[in-house]
Amino acid sequence: MGISITINGRPHAVTASDETPLLYVLRNDAGCKGVRYGCGAGQCGTCMVIIDGKPVQSCDVPVSAVAGKSITTIEGIGSADHPHPLQRAFVEEQAAQCGYCATGIIMSAKALLDANPNANDADIRGALSKNLCRCGTHQRILRAVKRAAIEMRK
Amino acid sequence: MANATTTPRRLPGSLDTNRSLATWLSINRDGTVDMRPGKIEIGQGILSALTQIVAEELDVNLERIRVVTADTAQSPNEGTTSGSRSIEESGMAFRYAAAEARELLLARAGAKLGVSLEQLSVSDGTITSRGGGSVTYWDITDESLLQREATAETAPKSHTLHKIVGGSAPRADIPRKVTGVPSYVQDMDLPGLLHGRVSRPPSAGAQLLNVDLDEVRAMPGVVAVLRDGSYLGVVAEREEQAIRAQRRLARSAKWRTVAQLPEFDPRYLLKLPAKTEVISEKKDANTTASGATLEAEYSRHFLAHAALAPSCAVAVCNGGKFTVWSHSQGIYLLRDEMAPALGVALEDVVIHHMESAGCYGHNGADDVALDAALLARAAPGRPVRVQWMRDEEFMWEPVSSAMVVKTRATLGKDGNIASWHFDVWSHGHSSRPGRGPGSNLMSSWYLEKPMQRAQTGNPPLPGGGSHRNAIPIYDYPNQRVTNHLIANPPIRTSSLRGLGSQTNVFAIESFMDELALAANVDPIEFRLRHLKDARARAVIEKVAAMAGWKANQKGDGVRGRGIGFARYKNAAAYVAIIAEVELAEDVRVPKLWCAFDVGQAIHTDGVINQMEGGIIQAVSFTLKEAVKYDREHITQKSWDDYPILSFTEVPEVEVALINRPELPPVGAGEGTQGPVSAAIGNALFNAANVRLRDIPFTRDRLIAAIA
Ligand code: FES
Ligand code: FES
Repeated sequence: MGISITINGRPHAVTASDETPLLYVLRNDAGCKGVRYGCGAGQCGTCMVIIDGKPVQSCDVPVSAVAGKSITTIEGIGSADHPHPLQRAFVEEQAAQCGYCATGIIMSAKALLDANPNANDADIRGALSKNLCRCGTHQRILRAVKRAAIEMRK
Repeated sequence: MANATTTPRRLPGSLDTNRSLATWLSINRDGTVDMRPGKIEIGQGILSALTQIVAEELDVNLERIRVVTADTAQSPNEGTTSGSRSIEESGMAFRYAAAEARELLLARAGAKLGVSLEQLSVSDGTITSRGGGSVTYWDITDESLLQREATAETAPKSHTLHKIVGGSAPRADIPRKVTGVPSYVQDMDLPGLLHGRVSRPPSAGAQLLNVDLDEVRAMPGVVAVLRDGSYLGVVAEREEQAIRAQRRLARSAKWRTVAQLPEFDPRYLLKLPAKTEVISEKKDANTTASGATLEAEYSRHFLAHAALAPSCAVAVCNGGKFTVWSHSQGIYLLRDEMAPALGVALEDVVIHHMESAGCYGHNGADDVALDAALLARAAPGRPVRVQWMRDEEFMWEPVSSAMVVKTRATLGKDGNIASWHFDVWSHGHSSRPGRGPGSNLMSSWYLEKPMQRAQTGNPPLPGGGSHRNAIPIYDYPNQRVTNHLIANPPIRTSSLRGLGSQTNVFAIESFMDELALAANVDPIEFRLRHLKDARARAVIEKVAAMAGWKANQKGDGVRGRGIGFARYKNAAAYVAIIAEVELAEDVRVPKLWCAFDVGQAIHTDGVINQMEGGIIQAVSFTLKEAVKYDREHITQKSWDDYPILSFTEVPEVEVALINRPELPPVGAGEGTQGPVSAAIGNALFNAANVRLRDIPFTRDRLIAAIA
């Protein structure tokens, strides 16, 4: 009890019990619906957020483990009106079929490009190896991440 | 004809069964157009294509069009969104409805401006007379405009005039989806929303013996615990509380299990009684089958949809009436089956469609909608969201049937195929709701008053189910194709992208390569010798040119190339694929080329996107996927148990569209599966003389084949 975390720059007092996966606090208490449930077991990447610059699967961490930390979700990096370069690149490349995988993939890609702006194809594929896409949109997604990388280096 | 006045003329697409123009379109005074498709978005981009058709025929800008998502209260009943039929059914309905709406508007404008129709032209809803005057759609529209039965007598535009159709307007949904705006039924939030979970039996058909409900009722946040026969569920204030309560229920419940699952090999099908039917037979006494005779046997395991989002629904029960939000592909059929399972009248169930992740067929979408309604009834007045867990989706969604194909063919003197025999063994490929008698909603079978379980069957030919694409498109003088349908699948089966076509085309196209080798002819040349259809030849020739195919070129022991081709359902998309494989510890597929023809492409980037996705998914089907089970249970619970192709493994895909704007458009979603599987199998043989005839091409099978 009494845990507080920061979500996209805003303080959040946690009311859920300690062992609650961070995912449900983000989705149901903080309203971050772009953080999505896919497996609850750290295997699909749809729930990806960034903590201390690292990509973290929020279904797989109890909220007590991130007490005092600052969490960035997809909602915190841009909006439809003011998109992050990665989000803009996904639109430009039309890199979605159902789009369910997209938000988690963008968060993994952001963590990568923030740490390594010159990431090459193998780096990008490696960074996305924890993210699944069932629709087979991979090729467009890889193109979008490369396009965003160029944009972000400018 | 004597009965011409009593039998209404057939109208294009779904207009035939939904004849009121007002059902489809509203032209609004505020300068917008509402369109109400009965088809739904499942990640295939259909709404963008339909919007382009309406904008084109009405001569208005795309931005004016608003899509009203389907619900059973007001949308046209267009059956299911499946089988790549949406463009043919919904697209044609909108094309004719919008053309007719435009003509009605022009008639009003002509009367108002006092000029004949030939004097008028339209740009973005503004009608201008050659003489000068002008008026807009929005000025002259009113409620009565489309309150009439469609005639479909207004000819749509000639394709030569198309400015929007054939283009690639950016999809309206993508900016929202990539920024995390709530977009899926999973994201729904309503005041007072509760969370429901179901506690499933250990295996199908198990009977609940006893369970301690009181200890679960006492858990934090628990609002209701439901036991109805062998059906067990819980509703809680918070999602994690519902999950904890579900786990407690699962620990406390004692079951009698009955499941008898087959051995882990599709060939169990050959031992079961089957309904056997010859579906194609040709005889030509003038050909002599004097050359080599070849026989082969192919198989594929059960395959899962494995949507990235487990199924979900939200329902609220007020005074015995249900409102449900669902990602079902057939909301009307779902309603028709939900109402009796809930013991209420059809009018007491209203279903609104909401998107989920791509589903590629009949997964848990319909089942979870009934779960939500059952649990909402246990907590009346408050909306209940039921989210299947990942293991639940893997263990309980219907899957695509395992299949076995046996082939035999004999060459003639000329080295061409003189006779062809093809036998297919499979369970049915369809058990969607609404195909009764009985119920296809899984939870209804476990209730105190259970619903009768409906039979699993096949859609009829020419589309077919297990026999989809079993009849070859090639011209053989003698042939016999036989379907062996096995009833009562021990693992619940239903439709998955392409139905039986993946396995049938894999078998036909692999066998064509085996025969080409026996005839000592290049595989592409061999196919062309048996193909008259010009569009078929065109995609094959195009893909050969793209890949720089060299006749009779063998692989180098590690790398090789192979081709696969089909026309989906022998009536829709033509797809030719060349795959390049590389043999390492596993089969790797670094590159694929594809040429395809879907008639008129409506949304060009959309069909290309679907083709690329279908190809990559088919590589995953072919290399990796099989539903895991033992003699009692489905044993796959996580992505570790059911791996799919990952970012580190995906091939590069090069796709070329042969657009034929003068021809009717057909769907693009399902044509790739068979050609891709065959192309990979053929490439493996080309690389290293290994012939894999059983999908998936796993490491173990590769090692066994090489040894
Ligand atoms: S939901 Fe967290 S990794 Fe799948
Ligand atoms: S676009 Fe559907 S899962 Fe990736």
